[in-house]
Amino acid sequence: MRNSTERATGTSRAKTCILLGQINHRMRAGPGLHLKTYLSLFVIVIFAPLGSVLLGKGMKGVGSAVTWTPHDFLPVLLRILSNGYIWLGIASLLTFFVAYMLILSWADYSYVQPSTSLSYATVAILSHFVLGELITPLRWLGVAVICTGVFIVGRTSPRAHGAKHE
Amino acid sequence: MRSFILFFLIIASGTGGELCVSRAMRSIGEVHDFSPKSILDFVLRALRMPWMWIGIAMMSLGFFALLAILSFQDVSFVVPVSALSYAAGAFGAKAFLGERISRHRWLGIAVVCIGVTIVWWSRK
Repeated sequence: MRNSTERATGTSRAKTCILLGQINHRMRAGPGLHLKTYLSLFVIVIFAPLGSVLLGKGMKGVGSAVTWTPHDFLPVLLRILSNGYIWLGIASLLTFFVAYMLILSWADYSYVQPSTSLSYATVAILSHFVLGELITPLRWLGVAVICTGVFIVGRTSPRAHGAKHE
Repeated sequence: MRSFILFFLIIASGTGGELCVSRAMRSIGEVHDFSPKSILDFVLRALRMPWMWIGIAMMSLGFFALLAILSFQDVSFVVPVSALSYAAGAFGAKAFLGERISRHRWLGIAVVCIGVTIVWWSRK
């Protein structure tokens, strides 16, 4: 009786080990990689548009007196550098940039690119709700067409010699 | 006219800068763990690549052009129009790197250009 219990426990322990081994293996090869990829894509799709929107908000504050002549370039530059929204925008863009650098070190550009097409929709949504920009149906249509185009570009073969066979 | 010049700077410098950064990244290799130390190591290694600095300089120029245009244009107008960098990237890769661009990719780029034209019509 004890023997069979021990044997059963041993068998289940062995099964557990095999299962854990499989999970570990899969974590390394699959879901772990997917998790960090999706997380990076999320950061990219949110922070790049957020950065543009914050820069837009900052520059609209700086903007009215901007003539971009050499004479008033320095005062304008100082006003830009002392604007909190500009710095928040730069921080957002840096966050995006680090995530983008990281993801390109393991994922194909051709995989990353179609996913980032979503950021064109995010920028329209954010500029409507955060900046109160009026987005006409025509502009929404244009943004949707651009998203589609970027997605198609990204779904193509990443290598030149792959393209030859098409 | 002012918008045209600024869009040209955003698209040309931005795309050129990305190509340089991409080249630098390729020679460094994949990031395997996300501890602060290894991310710092990765960034420091990236900063030692000359291509990285050329890329950063070009992207900075594009960035200031972006700031300039954002002072008088809508964000929801500027960002979609700057998607023309996909076309610039394809032409750049074909002309300077001798890459073959597939028909499928040209189709995507044509669709992006149609979208940019529609957004351009929507400007105030």
